[in-house]
Amino acid sequence: MSSPNSTEEEIVDESTEPEEELLVDEERNALISGLKKDLGDDLIESHVTPGVDVWIRVTQECWLETAKLLFEKNKMSFFNFLSAIDWKPSPFGREMDAAIDNDSDDQVEGESEMEWGITGGQSRFQLLARVHNPSTNIGIHVKADLEGEFPEVETWIPVYPGANWHEREVMEMFGISFTNHPNLVNLYLPTEFEGHPLRKDFPLLSRRAKPWPGIVDVELMPGEDDDESEEIGEDT
Amino acid sequence: MNSEASTQQLSYIANQASDARVNIELETEGMTLNLGPQHPATHGTLRIIVRLDGEQVVSADPVMGYMHRGYEKLSEVRTYPQVTTLVNRIDWLGSFANEVPFILAAERLMEVEAPPRAQWIRTALFELSRIANVVLFLGDMAVQLGATTPVFYAFRDREFVLNQIESVTGGRFHPNFDRIGGIKDDLPKGWIQETKDVLARIHSFCDEMQDLVVGNEIFQTRTRGIGIIPADVGLSYGLSGANIRSSGVDWDLRRDGGVGLVHDQLDWKVWTHPDGDSFARYWVRLQEVRESCKMVDQILDGIPSGPIMAKVPRIIKVPPGEAYVETENPLGIMGYYIVSKGDLVPYRVKIRSASFNNVSITPWVLKGVYVPDVISILASLYFILGDIDR
Repeated sequence: MSSPNSTEEEIVDESTEPEEELLVDEERNALISGLKKDLGDDLIESHVTPGVDVWIRVTQECWLETAKLLFEKNKMSFFNFLSAIDWKPSPFGREMDAAIDNDSDDQVEGESEMEWGITGGQSRFQLLARVHNPSTNIGIHVKADLEGEFPEVETWIPVYPGANWHEREVMEMFGISFTNHPNLVNLYLPTEFEGHPLRKDFPLLSRRAKPWPGIVDVELMPGEDDDESEEIGEDT
Repeated sequence: MNSEASTQQLSYIANQASDARVNIELETEGMTLNLGPQHPATHGTLRIIVRLDGEQVVSADPVMGYMHRGYEKLSEVRTYPQVTTLVNRIDWLGSFANEVPFILAAERLMEVEAPPRAQWIRTALFELSRIANVVLFLGDMAVQLGATTPVFYAFRDREFVLNQIESVTGGRFHPNFDRIGGIKDDLPKGWIQETKDVLARIHSFCDEMQDLVVGNEIFQTRTRGIGIIPADVGLSYGLSGANIRSSGVDWDLRRDGGVGLVHDQLDWKVWTHPDGDSFARYWVRLQEVRESCKMVDQILDGIPSGPIMAKVPRIIKVPPGEAYVETENPLGIMGYYIVSKGDLVPYRVKIRSASFNNVSITPWVLKGVYVPDVISILASLYFILGDIDR
């Protein structure tokens, strides 16, 4: 678990990059520091891409509390989406890809370790939600690590009623259940469907039935000859 | 307009209240009615199980999944350029607009920016697909309320817009034209003048709809004060696009979003309506088609010359990272959350489609309305089934 200080450094690092116009995003930094004050240790990590976006990672326990805080205090009244990410790489690797796609050098053999994206992570499943403030036009991504293979987390419906269907989708696709959800049944899939399709270990059977041709006939970009080194746009 | 609308609203509520009282006294028996499912490819049909008490809806429960194609899973095994073929089919009436946010998100991860000419052409096609999409709504809403003529006008005039899209991209419905770093081809010869003629047609189509539909007394009684969605409820359900602007929220990502399209260099207006009823949703969309025509007109005059493709490798590998880009699509806000692990294929793609959130409000908004109003509310929310199910 990293301390809040490292986050601060991250922000400074961002700002010293050679990007000239977007230096420090004061509005978004203020949002983060406000949330840090309110959430305390429950806010594990945060990340700001100046002028573009904000991410925070919170603990599983304060998932609902974060929503309340964002809604009431930070006026994030617009509910954007709620979903999840399965960080455990597929056990099938690239075996289902076409041979032509497979010749890249950095192909990992066998089971690779979990690597997390922005704001890091600790567990296989991560919830991901986004809410937005239409008047300041700042949105925020909220992530939360979920413990276990079939995690449970509190529902966001009391704060954002629009989360209802999104949570049903996450339940059937990832096997994450939401406590206090009024109607947690499958949204898309038939009731008797077994498995959770968006988990990485759920095989894509159509690929096995019929092999994928892979990249065929890579088209030339406009103004590009067969020689890749030629400058683009010369003859347009 | 306001006072008139509020009187209608009040009388509507009073009628409902008195009916409710009668129902309590008579102890009428409930009834369950299936609206739909028709064939899922039929435009604007959705299966809703409504429990009725007399003529009134007690609860409405949409049933989804008849058209679920699993694009999020499929995207994980396709290369970035191949994904545009999938996402084309999400909102099939404004296909090009589906590609734009995905390509913009990939470009953000790759730190590539399309050259100005490509951005202008992109915006032109983006707005043309909005026109093609919403024009159909303007006719379709009337047909759902029993007036068959406007939809034929809509199909007639939409065809001209589709011809223009086809002559650039080669595809009427599924252009698959946007590329990471630019667009596939330049504009064909004579396209600008032809498009100007088409825009004139769409302008007169809008005037026709203004007279035929908006000015129609029957249409007004069927839609005014029906299906009112307050702004805060709409926002918390994630309603977006014209649906939320007709509840008085002045928010349009084309103006406020600031992602790689050129709307900020054009002169146009964001229309809102204070009422939040079915009529407002129709009216706002009508104005938006007019604004789109204005935008395309300015784009045609201002397209800069230059290359249409930035320098990108032939085989596209996107560096590791996460990006979320959303744009104001014909149906509302559409966004893609891409997680990349530096591979040829995305690690995870979350598709935030507009209709999914727009329809999720139906159980709330349909509660207590009369059966004929269900149709006018659903029609005015304007969803496309592919955009719900993805």
